[in-house]
Amino acid sequence: MDLKLDHHTKDGIEVVDVEGEIDVYTAPRLRELLIELVNSGYYQLVVNMEKVEFLDSTGLGVLVGGLKRVRAHDGSLDLVCTQERILKIFRITGLTKVFGIHDTVDEAITARKAEK
Amino acid sequence: MPEMATVEVSFTALPAHVRTARLVATAVARRSGVDEALLDEVRLAVGEACSRAVEAHRLYCPAEPVRIALTDSAGRFEVEVTDTGGAGRGDLTAADGITAAAEPGGSQRLEHGLGLAVIAGLADDVQISESPGGVSIRMSWPAVGLGR
Repeated sequence: MDLKLDHHTKDGIEVVDVEGEIDVYTAPRLRELLIELVNSGYYQLVVNMEKVEFLDSTGLGVLVGGLKRVRAHDGSLDLVCTQERILKIFRITGLTKVFGIHDTVDEAITARKAEK
Repeated sequence: MPEMATVEVSFTALPAHVRTARLVATAVARRSGVDEALLDEVRLAVGEACSRAVEAHRLYCPAEPVRIALTDSAGRFEVEVTDTGGAGRGDLTAADGITAAAEPGGSQRLEHGLGLAVIAGLADDVQISESPGGVSIRMSWPAVGLGR
C-alpha cells in the first residue's frame, strides 16, 4: 500500500485526506503537498489520517514542519485520527500536546471555527 | 531441541526498501511467536531503526548495504540493525528533537531524534552502540519460539 493524497476545501478550511503508509519513502510527497498548499495561501489545514495504515517519525516530522509553516502565517494544522496504533505514536513522542487531534473532520472544523 | 534461528537481510540504502525490511521483520516476529498485540510495535521500531540507518548511509556511504539480523533465541525475538555510516558524528545526541526543529536545517535532526524516541518508547529492551564503523541498534521482544 503506497500513499494516496487528496485535498478539498470545506467551510473555508483545506482538508487533506491521507491514505496508506507515511514513512521515510512516502513522507516527502506529503511534505511537498503541505508546502504547496501553504504557498498557495491555504493556512487553515485539517489533515485527515483516518485511512493511514502506518506512520513513522519521518511522517511526524513532516506534520510538525507543516504546523511550523502555517503558524508563520497565523494559521493552524489540526489532525483527525481515532486509530489507537497511530495515536500511540503521537503519545510516546509527546506530540499530542502540539497538535489538536479530533475524531472527525467536522469536529476539527467546528473546534477551529470556535477558536477564531 | 533449542537452537538459534536467524534471518538476515541486507538492502541497498534506499528509503523504498525500508518498507520491505518492516514486512520481513514483522513476518519473522510472527513466526517466532511474538504476540499479535506487539507486532505493530516491532513493525514501527524496526522501520525507525532502518530509516535512521538508510539516512546515515545516504549521507556517508550510499554504496554500502544496511544489514538487519532477526534472531529467535531463548524466548526473545531480537532485531539488530547495523549501519556502516561512520560513528562519532553526534547525531545520536540529537535526541532533543523538538528544539532541533527550531534551528535552521534542523528538520532532519528532528526526525532522527524522534525516531530514537519512538524506538525507546516501543521496544521492550533497546541497546544502541557506536563503534568506529557505525551504529548498531539492538532491540528485543518476548517470543514463545513457535518458529522452531
